[in-house]
Amino acid sequence: MQSLHPKPTTPINSTKYHYLQELAFQLLPYSRVFLRGTSSKAMQPVIAVNEPVSTRTPRQIDQHIVEIVSDSGEGAQTCGQMFASLCARSGNGIWTVEIIPAEIEPPARSRAGASGYRIRLGSQPVTNAGDTADVVVAFNEQVLYSRIDTKALRPGTIVYLDQSWAEHQAEDIRIKYAEAIKDFDRLGYIVVEIPIERECKKHTDDARRGKNMWVLGLLCALYDLDMDMVRGDIAKRFAKKGEGVIRKNVLLLEDGYDWAVRHTAERFHIPATKSEKPMVVMNGNQAIGLGVMAAGMELCAMYPITPATSASHFLASAFDQVGGFVHQAEDEIAAIGFAIGASYAGKTAVTITSGPGLALKTEFIGLAVMAEVPLVIVVVQRGGPSTGLPTKIEQGDLLAALYASPGDSPKIIIAPATIEECFHFMITARKLAEEFRGPVMVLTDANLATGQQPFPRPKCSEAWLAAPVDQSDWEKEIPPFAWDEETGLSQRPIPGQRGGEHVVTGLAHDRASHVAYESAINQQSMEMRSRKLAVLQSTLKQPAVHGANEGDLLVVGWGSTLGAIEEAVDRVRADGHRVSSLHLRFLSPFEPGLKQIFSRFKNVMTVEINYSDEPGKPYINEESRRYSQLAMLLRARTLMDIDCWSRVPGSPLPPAMIENELRRRLQVMRNA
Amino acid sequence: MQGLKKDWEVEAPPRECSLEDYMGAEPRWCPGCGDHSVLGAVQRLARDKQLQPERTVVVSGIGCSSRFPHYMKTYGFHGLHGRAFPLACGVRSRRPDLDIFVVTGDGDCCAIGTAHWIHAIRYNMDLTVLLLDNNIYGLTKMQTSPTTRPGERSNTHPKGSVLPSLNPIQVTLGIENASFVAQTIDWHPPHLYATIKAAHEHRGLSFVRVYQRCPHYTSHIFAPAQSDPGKVVVMTHPDGIHADEVAMKLFPHRVNHDPSNLEEARKLAKDDEAFIIGLFYKSDECARYDQATSQGIGMTGMEKVAAMERALDRFAL
Ligand SMILES: Cc1ncc(C[n+]2csc(CCOP(=O)(O)OP(=O)(O)O)c2C)c(N)n1
Ligand code: SF4
Ligand SMILES: [Mg+2]
Repeated sequence: MQSLHPKPTTPINSTKYHYLQELAFQLLPYSRVFLRGTSSKAMQPVIAVNEPVSTRTPRQIDQHIVEIVSDSGEGAQTCGQMFASLCARSGNGIWTVEIIPAEIEPPARSRAGASGYRIRLGSQPVTNAGDTADVVVAFNEQVLYSRIDTKALRPGTIVYLDQSWAEHQAEDIRIKYAEAIKDFDRLGYIVVEIPIERECKKHTDDARRGKNMWVLGLLCALYDLDMDMVRGDIAKRFAKKGEGVIRKNVLLLEDGYDWAVRHTAERFHIPATKSEKPMVVMNGNQAIGLGVMAAGMELCAMYPITPATSASHFLASAFDQVGGFVHQAEDEIAAIGFAIGASYAGKTAVTITSGPGLALKTEFIGLAVMAEVPLVIVVVQRGGPSTGLPTKIEQGDLLAALYASPGDSPKIIIAPATIEECFHFMITARKLAEEFRGPVMVLTDANLATGQQPFPRPKCSEAWLAAPVDQSDWEKEIPPFAWDEETGLSQRPIPGQRGGEHVVTGLAHDRASHVAYESAINQQSMEMRSRKLAVLQSTLKQPAVHGANEGDLLVVGWGSTLGAIEEAVDRVRADGHRVSSLHLRFLSPFEPGLKQIFSRFKNVMTVEINYSDEPGKPYINEESRRYSQLAMLLRARTLMDIDCWSRVPGSPLPPAMIENELRRRLQVMRNA
Repeated sequence: MQGLKKDWEVEAPPRECSLEDYMGAEPRWCPGCGDHSVLGAVQRLARDKQLQPERTVVVSGIGCSSRFPHYMKTYGFHGLHGRAFPLACGVRSRRPDLDIFVVTGDGDCCAIGTAHWIHAIRYNMDLTVLLLDNNIYGLTKMQTSPTTRPGERSNTHPKGSVLPSLNPIQVTLGIENASFVAQTIDWHPPHLYATIKAAHEHRGLSFVRVYQRCPHYTSHIFAPAQSDPGKVVVMTHPDGIHADEVAMKLFPHRVNHDPSNLEEARKLAKDDEAFIIGLFYKSDECARYDQATSQGIGMTGMEKVAAMERALDRFAL
């Protein structure tokens, strides 16, 4: 391999096995301390009283799940983000989920308009959004219904609800509110009616714009957070709007805090485990943006599409600091074409999209494979098919990614499972794209895109950056596709390199890049492009099993489900069951040794957020059943009877849902 | 080299290039195909301007005309049908130092690639674009193209095309930020050469539509104009295309047109039956997107790592 690289000074590291160390380093950390025990066990009801109880000290707990929901435009998301950031900076683990309304300007007090934020916070690192909420603050009863519809609550959930609707001038609103209170009681929620709007009106004429700060104050009191820190945040956030606005917001905040201290029966304290290392907190799309920068890529070409766009928004705000540029193209086809053009003539570029955009890009993906142009393609998956569920999570594009493009187009596909991996995988992706000379797809999803999680601050290094564009002379004797017979690898001449002039083409071509229709050449070039994947696989480590290395049931997952799967597995293991899990980061090629791992378990199943037929449904039998996407690939790859359990709820799979399924399976296995 | 630092400093000393140094594979176009003339003109221009082959990139789509890069001995990118523009814009985005030509066909540019054509004109990146318009889909064997004239028969419209044809010059002149729009014919080498030369010298996207003979499928469209120079109208102006004066004497019809006059250009362009050649419009005032896309090139690794640390500070706990 070394020999085919014309110059020893070449920036591309061609040592075959350096991935062993490098990837292992970049895929860190596989294992973490995960939260144990269901949140329901940790919960104790709280009763609001009207007497001051400020003397009571907050009760210490392990973790909680908090939701804030409002009409769209009332700022519950801002409130949630600020609360999450405070918790993270206080040293708590967090995972967040955005609750996004279905429309841009939905009517007030409607289920469709529910906008908000879920924060799961704990003493330990938090790996997923968890199950049902412990505390929900709702700005009106209608938005709460939308959370009930998505099963975000359970009997015993404490609901802080703005009571001002009870006194509203419109009779129908008063009636709806009263009916809702009855419903909520019947459903077993602990409803605490609180005077959000009335209190806010003391400080502002437009309560719609103040409620979120008041609620932030309430939450700070409920969870015993440092008020000085949040005052500082407000000052920073509203700095541009002037002193008056800052003062008003701080007043609202303090009022909410004081009210809560005086009126809530119980407050909580979730001890922080301050990390030794410096930490950062961000969502997956920001991590991707930062990863692009840290990888030394300098061009991102995109077309807006939810939920991918915010990655480009972030890049647009920061990319110029590292000399980069975001190109908003006229469509997704143009975006990838532009990225390929830029990659071809210089440093590896990135294009960021979601499912429908991926569909449009497929022809160009084939060209990048055929012409062996390095390229990074990020696909932030959403619900499909077609326009599907634009803001919601699904893992439905694995096969679309794998088979994107006409003909055989072997390409590398990796899937980060955490926010931290979203960052590091971008560096890996660029290196893989250059080393293996072709497109690398990075699959994330809406859950990672918007979820926030703290992780150790990366120590950026020049070694992570793309090498300068090689402009030195090219040895004329070396053709542009000097495929190494064994590995299929070759190095590419870049415009500007004298002696390397050639025409890349999507047509079948020989080593000189001359159009060639001869069957032997076609056979060989196909082989060379495919071989690269096998070579990459040979440099990867066997993935680590979470739990014991053998047992009754192995759960295989990929992408954002890591935390939920491992939490579910831990809960079941805690009861003595022989269940483990395995999370794949490489989907093309797979990490090696899967068959060996699978063979040590009686049953293997995937858990995925994409559609599969359920056995027992009408017409569904062994021959007709369609498996979930990873399961389909693993079955083909291993010839083992790998089962699947998948759901498409449009939301992350809660650990309890997975846990129930695991328990059900174990029961079936015992009965058999 | 404009704007390039550190990363890009390696620069080979220029060398003397002859015509052969720009000649790649043996062209496979039909004998008498107008594409041969355009190739010859571009190769001569490259020689006359001493474009360094390693710093010249020819980007194309798919079609007979798009085989062009293979016949040059420079860098080339033979892309996808309709997608030459995005590729070429991407190449240009971070490489202000290269000479970039785009070769496209009437199907490639005006049908499947229309969106990219419109936006590329608007981006106005420094590219020399040659639309080789033979009024037909050549490579796929005679289907109607957007520029096929009404009534012309093809394999997809055996009774004749039913729609008025799309006029690429009119469309281009209608796009905001168009900065160089010219038209020429492949069968008059001096005018062809002079037009491509002016296009190449223009900074921004220069759009040249070449009426291109396709003896295989549309010879009857171009043969009359080729045999009768009276069917051609030449636009003349001191700021226009300056082809060899003696050679231009061939054409009896002239019209004086000031290429800074967009209104007049649009009026002139309307008549697509007349073979009007010369410069319709040129402006040096148009915004150039490549000046934005190329910002920040050449930042050192150390500068980048320091900037990364600052970017991460925004997320520090
Ligand atoms: C996506 C796609 N659709 C269709 C084709 C088939 N195709 C190749 S060239 C061409 C038309 C070429 O016509 P034109 O652009 O006018 O070029 P010419 O051959 O006339 O020079 C078509 C339809 C293709 N290659 N790719
Ligand atoms: S078919 Fe027409 S355009 Fe194609 S090579 Fe032949 S003459 Fe030229
Ligand atoms: Mg044509």
